[in-house]
Amino acid sequence: MRVFQNANYKFLSMRRPAYFASAAIITIGLLSIVFRGGLRTGVEFTGGVLLEVQFSETTDVGQIRDALTAGGTTGVQIQQLRTVGAETFDFLLRVPVGEEEDQNAIRDQIRASLETQYSAASFEIARGDTLSAKVGDEFQRTAVIAVLLSFLLTLIYLAFRFEWRFGVAAVIATVHDMFITFGFISLFDIEINLATVAAILTIIGYSLNDTIVVFDRVRENLRKKRKEAYDVTLNRSLNETLPRTVLTSGTTLIALLSLVVIGGAVIRPFAGVLIIGVLVGTYSSIFVASPVLVEIHERARKRAALAARA
Amino acid sequence: MFGSVRWRLVWIAVLVGICGFALVPETIVDEVTGESERVWPLKLGLDLQGGMHLAVEIYDPENTLSGQDLDDAVERTLTTIRNRIDEFGVREPTIQRSGDRIVIELAGVDDPEQAKRIATETAFMEFKIVTDGQEFMDALERIDRAIVNEVGIENLQVTTLETEPEVDLSDILGGADSAAAEDPADEAETEDPAADSLATEEGDAETVDAAEAVDEVTARPLSALLGQGRILGEYLVPQEDQPTAAAWLELEGVRDALPRGVTLHWGVEQVGAGAGSYVPLYVLEAEPLITGDMLQDAGPANRDPTFNQPIVPFETTRRGSRVFERATARNIGENMAIVLDDRVQSYAVIRSVLSRRAQIELTPGASFQEAQELALVLRAGALPMPIEVVEERNVSASLGEDSIRQGRTAFIIGIVGVIIVMMIYYRAAGILAVGALLTYVVFMLGGLAGLEATLSLPGIAGLILSIGMAVDANVLIFERVREELAAGKTPRTAVDAGFGNALSAIVDANLTTLITGIILFQFGTGAVQGFAVTLCIGILASFFSAIYVTRTLFIMYLNRRGSRESVSI
Repeated sequence: MRVFQNANYKFLSMRRPAYFASAAIITIGLLSIVFRGGLRTGVEFTGGVLLEVQFSETTDVGQIRDALTAGGTTGVQIQQLRTVGAETFDFLLRVPVGEEEDQNAIRDQIRASLETQYSAASFEIARGDTLSAKVGDEFQRTAVIAVLLSFLLTLIYLAFRFEWRFGVAAVIATVHDMFITFGFISLFDIEINLATVAAILTIIGYSLNDTIVVFDRVRENLRKKRKEAYDVTLNRSLNETLPRTVLTSGTTLIALLSLVVIGGAVIRPFAGVLIIGVLVGTYSSIFVASPVLVEIHERARKRAALAARA
Repeated sequence: MFGSVRWRLVWIAVLVGICGFALVPETIVDEVTGESERVWPLKLGLDLQGGMHLAVEIYDPENTLSGQDLDDAVERTLTTIRNRIDEFGVREPTIQRSGDRIVIELAGVDDPEQAKRIATETAFMEFKIVTDGQEFMDALERIDRAIVNEVGIENLQVTTLETEPEVDLSDILGGADSAAAEDPADEAETEDPAADSLATEEGDAETVDAAEAVDEVTARPLSALLGQGRILGEYLVPQEDQPTAAAWLELEGVRDALPRGVTLHWGVEQVGAGAGSYVPLYVLEAEPLITGDMLQDAGPANRDPTFNQPIVPFETTRRGSRVFERATARNIGENMAIVLDDRVQSYAVIRSVLSRRAQIELTPGASFQEAQELALVLRAGALPMPIEVVEERNVSASLGEDSIRQGRTAFIIGIVGVIIVMMIYYRAAGILAVGALLTYVVFMLGGLAGLEATLSLPGIAGLILSIGMAVDANVLIFERVREELAAGKTPRTAVDAGFGNALSAIVDANLTTLITGIILFQFGTGAVQGFAVTLCIGILASFFSAIYVTRTLFIMYLNRRGSRESVSI
C-alpha cells in the first residue's frame, strides 16, 4: 500500500494562507490564555493539595463542595474523573496554597470534612499530593530552565549539523508549535504540571525530529545542484518525505490514542497534549519550517541583488 | 555474505538473550511470613506500586540556620530518619539527601499518616544502664508462656519448624549447649549463671522442637531465638527471626510479663554477616541516666592522643552535668547504652564519674568512621531539629494496580495497532519491521531492568509513545528503499542505498530527541525522570533495532528470494 506516492502538492504556494491559519490559531490560543487569566498551573507549580478521591457510593461535585464548605474549606476545584470500567466515583480535588498557608493543615481539613459528610469506609484517598508553595516555585523554575535549555542545546546541535538558516527555521517552527500547544492547553483547560512539561519537551523533540527529516532531504537535494529554483527544490523535498511524515505521525498517534482512551487521570491530559503536539509538529514541518527557509533565502537573495546593483 | 548474516544473527541473539535474562522473574521470599513470590524484575515507581514520597526540611521559619550549621542540621536529621527506617517495615526504603532537603520514599506503606509521623518526629535520646539481664532471664519462662497464650500454639509451629536445621546442626556439634556453639561473637566466654541458664533453657526448647512434641507448657518461642551476647544484658537474635521476635515483644500480654524496672531495646548494628547475621537485643534499666535535652553538644570525633583509638567527646548542660554526675557515680563499671529513638546505637563502660565534659572511647579496632557516626548520633539526640514536610505524595496500591493494568492494555493496543499498520502498508517488509519492533520491546524492557531504572506511570506513557516513534526509523528506510526501487535500481542495491541514505536523517532525529531526554532526566524529579529514562533507552533501542535488526532481516529476506525477483515493500 502507498499513500502520497509521487505526490506533487504545491505546499510552498500555500504558505501565505498557512501563515494566516497559524496566526489565527495562535491568536485564538493567546486570547484564551488572556481570557482565562493565564494558564492553569497545577499544585506542583503553585504548591497546594491535590487529592484523587474514590467514592464507593454515588455523589456529585455539588455534594462534595457542600461537604467541604461545611468543614470550612473553600476555593477547592473539584473535577469528576471518568475512567473506562471504573467501579468507583472518582473526583480530583485541588487547592492551591499561598506562601503563608500550611498545605498540610488544608489537607487534613479536607479529609476531616469528607469524613464528617461521608462514612470513612465509603471513600478512599487514592492519591494525594501535598506541596508547599516554596517547592512549587522551585519546580516551576526548573521546568522553565529545562524547556529553555532544551531549546538552546538543540539549536547548538542544529548549528553544527546544518547551515544556520536551517537552525533558525527549525526553531521558529518549534516556537510556533509551542504557542499553538499552549493555546490548546488553555482552550481545553488542561493544567500545567510536571507531566505536562514533560509532554511539552517531548513535543519539542518530536517537532524538531520531523523538521530535521525534511531538512535532511532538502540538504541532500540542494547538494545535487540541479538547475532548479530554491523553492522548487524545497517543495520537491516536502513531497518526497510526505509519505514518511504521514506514516510516522500515524503510528505515533495510534499509540497516543490508546493512551487517551485507556489512561487514567494522570495520563490522559499528558497524552492529550502530546497528540496536539504531534499534529501541530507535523503541520509545522511542512507549512512553517520550509516556508521560513524560503523566506530567509528570498531575503538574502534580494539583499544580494541590491548590493550587486549598487 | 551468508557468513556475515550469521554473525549478525549471533549478535542479535546475544543481545536479546542478555535482555531476556535481565527480565526473568525473580523469586523473593518474605522474611516474616516465609511466603515466596515471583517478581517481575522491573523496579516500579511509587505511583505504580503504591507508596509514599516525602520531602522534608529543617523547620526554620526565621532563617537562622545557614552554611555549615544548616548542613550539620540536615546531616543530623538524616541520621535520625535513617535510624527509624526499620520501623516502617517496607521492603526497600530510600532515604536521600537532596540539597538541604531529605527525600524519603517508602513503597507499599499501609498507614501513610503513621509513617509520616514516625519519620518526622523529633529525635529522642536517652542514656540508659545495661542490666545484667538476670531479672529478664528469670522472667523468660513467663514471657514465653505469654507469647504462646497470645499467638496460640498452632501459629508457633512455623517458627519451631524453621529452627529445625539449626537444631540438627547443634546436635551434630554435640551438646545441649547449642547457644554457645552457635554464637558468632563468642569472644570472652564467661561462666555466668545467666548465660548458663539461657543455654540450658534454649537447649531444652530445641530438643522438644526436634521431637516435634511441642505443647503449650514446654514451648519456648522467644528463648529459642536468643543467643548469648558480647556483654551481660545483650542477646543476639538471628536477623531473619528479628521481625517475629519484635512483634512478640509488642504484644500486650508479653509486655505485662516483662519484669518491672527494665525495658527491652533492639540495637541498630548487625553482628556477624550473611546467613549468620544477628540483631542484638538489650535489657536496659527503664529509668534513663540523662536524656537528650541535657546534652549540649557532641563531637567532632577525634583520636585519643596516647592510645590513638577513636573517641567522641560530648558536653552536658549545666543542669545535666549534676544529674549525670550523680548517676555515673552510682554506676561505675556498668555499661551505658546510648539510645536514640528507642534503638541502642552504641554502649560504653562508665570508667569514672562523669560531669560537664566527657568522652566515649570506642573499642580498640573501631574505625574512625564509626566514631564519626556516633558523634552524629549524639548530636542528633542533643540538638534535635523540628522537621517540616514540604512535599508529600501518596498513591494507594489499588490505584497503582489500576495504572499498571491501564498501561498494559494501552501498550498492547498501541503495539498491535502499529503492527497492523506496518503490515498493511509495507507487506513483507512490514513483517521485517514488526520483527525489529519486537526485538526493540525486548531491548527496551531488558534495558530498563538491567539499568535498574524505575518504571513510573509517565514512564509507561513514554514506552508506549516510543513504540509509535520506534517505527519511524524503519519508515524512513523503507520509504527510501521504495524511492530507490522506483528509480530503477535492483532490489539489493536499492536496499543498500535506502539504508545508507536514510542514516543521516535517523541519526539527527534521534540525537535531538536524546538531548531532550537527557535534559528531562537532569531537571526532572521522580516520575518525570522515569519518563526521561524510558525515552532515552527507547531511542537507543529503536536506533539499534531499526539499523541493525531490520537490515539483517532484510538481507536474509533478499538472500532467500534471489537478486532478480522484486521485493515486497
